[in-house]
Amino acid sequence: MSRLSIITQNQAQTTVEELYKDLERRISASPPGLCPVDLASSFLKMCHAQSCGKCVPCRVGLGQLQELMEAVLDGEGTLETIDLIEKTAKNIFYSADCAIGYEAAKMVLKGIKGFRDDFEEHVLRGRCKLELNQPVPCVSQCPAGVDIPGYIALVAEGRYGDAVRLIRKDNPLPAVCGLICEHPCEVRCRRTMIDDPVNIRGLKRFAVDHAGDVPLPVPAVSTGKKVAVIGGGPGGISAAYYLTLMGHEVTIFEQRKKLGGMLRYGIPNYRLPREELDREINHILSLGIKVKTGVTVGENPSIVELRKEYDAVYIAIGAHIDRKIGIEGEDAGGVISAVELLRGIGDDEMPDFTGKDIVVIGGGNVAMDVARSAVRLGAKRLRIAYRRRAVDMTAMPEEVEGAIAEGCELLDLHAPLRIEKDENGNVAAVWVKPQIIGPVKNGRPVPMDSSQEDVRLACDMVIVAIGQGIESKAFEKQGIPVKRGKGVIEALNWSGVNAKDITGVFAGGDCVTGPATVIRAIAAGKVAAANIDDFLGFNHTISADVEIPKVRLDDRKSCARVNMKERQASERAKDFELIECGMTCEEAGQEARRCLRCDHFGFGILKGGRIEKW
Amino acid sequence: MVNLVINGKQIQAKDGTTILDAAASAGIFIPTLCYLKDINEIGACRVCVVEVEGCAKLVTACNNKVWEGMVIHTNSPKVRESRRNNVELILSQHDCQCATCVRSGNCSLQTISNDLGILELPFEKKLPKSRWPQDFPLIRDAAKCIKCMRCVQVCDKIQGLNIWDVAGTGSRTTVDVSKNRKITESDCALCGQCITHCPVGALRERDDVQKALDALADPDKITVVQVAPAVRAAWGEPFGLPREFATVKRLVSALRQMGFDYIFDTNFSADLTIMEEGSEFLEKLKNKEHEKFPMFTSCCPGWVRFMKSQFPDMVDQLSTAKSPQQMFGAVAKSYYAKLLDVDPSRIYSVSIMPCIAKKHECALPVMNDAGAGQDVDLVLTTREIDRLIRAEHIIPADLKEEEFDSPLGVGSGAGVIFGATGGVMEAALRSAYYLVTGRNPDPDSFKKVRGMEGWKEAEFNLAGQNLKVAVASGLGNTRKLMNAIRKGKVSYDFVEIMACPGGCAGGGGQPIKDGKEQAGERCEVLYGLDKVNNLRFSHENPSVQKCYQDYLEAPLSHRAHELLHTDHHAWKMPGEEETSES
Repeated sequence: MSRLSIITQNQAQTTVEELYKDLERRISASPPGLCPVDLASSFLKMCHAQSCGKCVPCRVGLGQLQELMEAVLDGEGTLETIDLIEKTAKNIFYSADCAIGYEAAKMVLKGIKGFRDDFEEHVLRGRCKLELNQPVPCVSQCPAGVDIPGYIALVAEGRYGDAVRLIRKDNPLPAVCGLICEHPCEVRCRRTMIDDPVNIRGLKRFAVDHAGDVPLPVPAVSTGKKVAVIGGGPGGISAAYYLTLMGHEVTIFEQRKKLGGMLRYGIPNYRLPREELDREINHILSLGIKVKTGVTVGENPSIVELRKEYDAVYIAIGAHIDRKIGIEGEDAGGVISAVELLRGIGDDEMPDFTGKDIVVIGGGNVAMDVARSAVRLGAKRLRIAYRRRAVDMTAMPEEVEGAIAEGCELLDLHAPLRIEKDENGNVAAVWVKPQIIGPVKNGRPVPMDSSQEDVRLACDMVIVAIGQGIESKAFEKQGIPVKRGKGVIEALNWSGVNAKDITGVFAGGDCVTGPATVIRAIAAGKVAAANIDDFLGFNHTISADVEIPKVRLDDRKSCARVNMKERQASERAKDFELIECGMTCEEAGQEARRCLRCDHFGFGILKGGRIEKW
Repeated sequence: MVNLVINGKQIQAKDGTTILDAAASAGIFIPTLCYLKDINEIGACRVCVVEVEGCAKLVTACNNKVWEGMVIHTNSPKVRESRRNNVELILSQHDCQCATCVRSGNCSLQTISNDLGILELPFEKKLPKSRWPQDFPLIRDAAKCIKCMRCVQVCDKIQGLNIWDVAGTGSRTTVDVSKNRKITESDCALCGQCITHCPVGALRERDDVQKALDALADPDKITVVQVAPAVRAAWGEPFGLPREFATVKRLVSALRQMGFDYIFDTNFSADLTIMEEGSEFLEKLKNKEHEKFPMFTSCCPGWVRFMKSQFPDMVDQLSTAKSPQQMFGAVAKSYYAKLLDVDPSRIYSVSIMPCIAKKHECALPVMNDAGAGQDVDLVLTTREIDRLIRAEHIIPADLKEEEFDSPLGVGSGAGVIFGATGGVMEAALRSAYYLVTGRNPDPDSFKKVRGMEGWKEAEFNLAGQNLKVAVASGLGNTRKLMNAIRKGKVSYDFVEIMACPGGCAGGGGQPIKDGKEQAGERCEVLYGLDKVNNLRFSHENPSVQKCYQDYLEAPLSHRAHELLHTDHHAWKMPGEEETSES
């Protein structure tokens, strides 16, 4: 008998490790619309299997909790059963010896608190409250409800033009989205259960890149109705596109020199080349949409005046004003806002940052955009100061990685304290307070001041990128309801606005939700178009006459995801040209065939799978 | 065309054909369970799985299409094992009380289990509990539901009422009333199409057979039974009787053996309906500027329920005439009681109907105009009367033809076609023509409204006046028609609606044959009966004439109004606004 021995895993352990990975992927690909009580009970069963069995609360209690939850699910429980679940879970939480027990109990308590009404529904009516409308994971996660399995199947068949036509049914900006969509569709992709989610955005880009010019649908017969769209961003353009197809006469009012909104005045060229953006916008405008740029609706003309001239108005002004950090010295020369910088770049006003030492404050996508733009404008050194940890940044991971690869330095856990001015009132340095990461609240960890000394970051410029606000004051004065605090316009879920004295006012996008994503703005534009059409007394439908390819029955063998490649960091950091390389034909074909066609296999074939028109 | 091989047989099939159909065309039968052509092609039960060479996983034949060079095995060891296992799994959650099941002998699950020779189950049984109001005309037994989703699909796709939905997820997934409603608070039309498309006994009508037996056993009760037109075209089906043998006269004989005192024909009151509804329509036509058109027929209670819940603002356009069932009930407990010279409350009025909604209609609080309790005491569906024939051990093949009793057993050919979509319209037009011109048209001059299309239109000239009529059957078709009327896209003078596709012939109370729509064949039977009837016109029915002469006076008379017409606002559908009058 040796005194010590090397631990080796046996076959069972190795397999279990693999199963953990399978389960992790499975949970991340959880389908939409599941019964929360059933899930909670199933989680509990797994938690119970993790128990070592030493202590009473965990060994016995978790089992009893399961029995009680099953009774609720079987419609055999009473309201007292729910109370007993809560009481027992509390006991386990307080008296279990280790986290296996008390954290399992905490999950149960969270459920009781978070969906007690579901528990009660099972008890009182023996059924679940949920109603599943869109069971195809990617479609259900896409705010615009794009027919993703449909266009991926078309890409697999090489029918790129049809793919673009199908996308346009729900999203008129496939070129834009092919490059910069945040692709929420990929989050719950069922393919993850096998290996990785399908690279949906990449395939969309491939379809657009290879489709050539795809003609737009022919608008319906003119209705003689006039609609004003305020704001020429993705939301406004989408609403204008669909309203035009429905036969209404649309005029877009844009405050700036050009259309595009945040696509032009927020997203740098290296992510979304201007030629692509201009081509897509001009194509849409060719339907006969009128555009008035340099007009600030709200002041002149007022919304009331506009409404007199037009039969309906859609407010899609976005969120374009900068937010201040509120620290000492913010007024120093050389402190600029991200919004200001990107807006200038959008109008081709390129500042020269050659030799500058710059600090960017913020951790979102906009912070990454300005940091990487500043590098391209010649900055000598670029640091990003962020008060949480790098993993907590709201920017997409690939954006953060890209910035670092291009030479940006990340100073996470550093909260801005004050800005030090030099004798001329210009920035001399940013003082930051080192942070220690603290408890998790509402899913995000809260940073706290650490006991370390304040740090001085000597620099020539500070770019503030901590979010945007909405310029809604002028609208508020004219009776458009605005929420206190954030300044967002209050609109109903069908985009209607309960304005004082005027009807036919709709609003959507960032100006209603606060800064969000391009696809949510597009979705808002689509919803608004449908309801404006309704308001005007019509019921036009938007459809795409595209036949979807048959499903394939070949085996779903494991095949990992094709990720997008980028130009080399050292090279791309020198210019504003597009960073991302498209897929090769071979890659696109393989990636498209990874789609599991959840519109045909699974629940999608029964209900809600394919929505052919709206 | 694509070339493929199934079980070693080289076959050709059209591109786009399913594996199931391609196999069938080559005489190879693949069993199915949840599949219902064009309605439910969701591959849920996995009974129709086949092996396709090159695919590791089995493939459902019902909803996957053939391709060039496909090699398929429908009975390989893998397929056999999987098919059997899936049926065993379904059985493990099915309340196999076959001996006490209404669908025993006519159950697709029973058939496939027997076919596969499953004699014992390797799994423990686990059955969900049902919560269902047992007094509702439509009964659902969760423990028998196999979650094939046909009911959901029929109600969504054919009837467009979306009463059913998938409920719950995971192991507890089942079917329940949509939007978390109780069935009693839903806008279910009670058409019963979900029942006739259920492959098992999860859905059925409320069984009222015992109530009929109780009445027959009560010496103080005079049992009067009426037989609806469409029943005669279908009652013999479960007994395997040829249609020409299973005549209504043999059904009369069976009813007499059961002990019903008087056996009458709903065709009589169908003729009466024509007199009332036709006259009402002609009155409206005379007053065209002040009336709203179209006028809608009111004899289908499923349609009336639909109208009240979906188009409450148009309820006033329904004819006020009662359905033939209710007219018969009112006449039986007034005029006929007088003829018999008995206290009308001794009469127990039973009707045999192809319909579930009739069970609801007869129980409406306002359907008591004869003043002796409900005008119709009990409704039995065709299926229930068939079960009663079996319970009485009557041998249908041995039945001799017997006549209806008189005088309410006399009906015209116009009355018998009430059971087919378009029949009420055709019957009404035949008599309207007579009432306007004083002479009979060729009885077949309105046959344009016949046929199984869901929405038919026709124009006729009625003594110089152009009449636009429409006929719809199936509530999905009906909704389309109603929306078109509402939007002003179409306009008609007179519209006939039947809730069930094909009309009462396809009624929700008719015998069930899984996978086969029999409404068309049954309609043919009814038109055949019309053709050979000496009476082709409702107004020529001598019993109807006598009834007016001796009792009702004339169509739309005061007494006729009291007994034969109703106020559709006098009761409410769930959710119907109190102020639905437009």
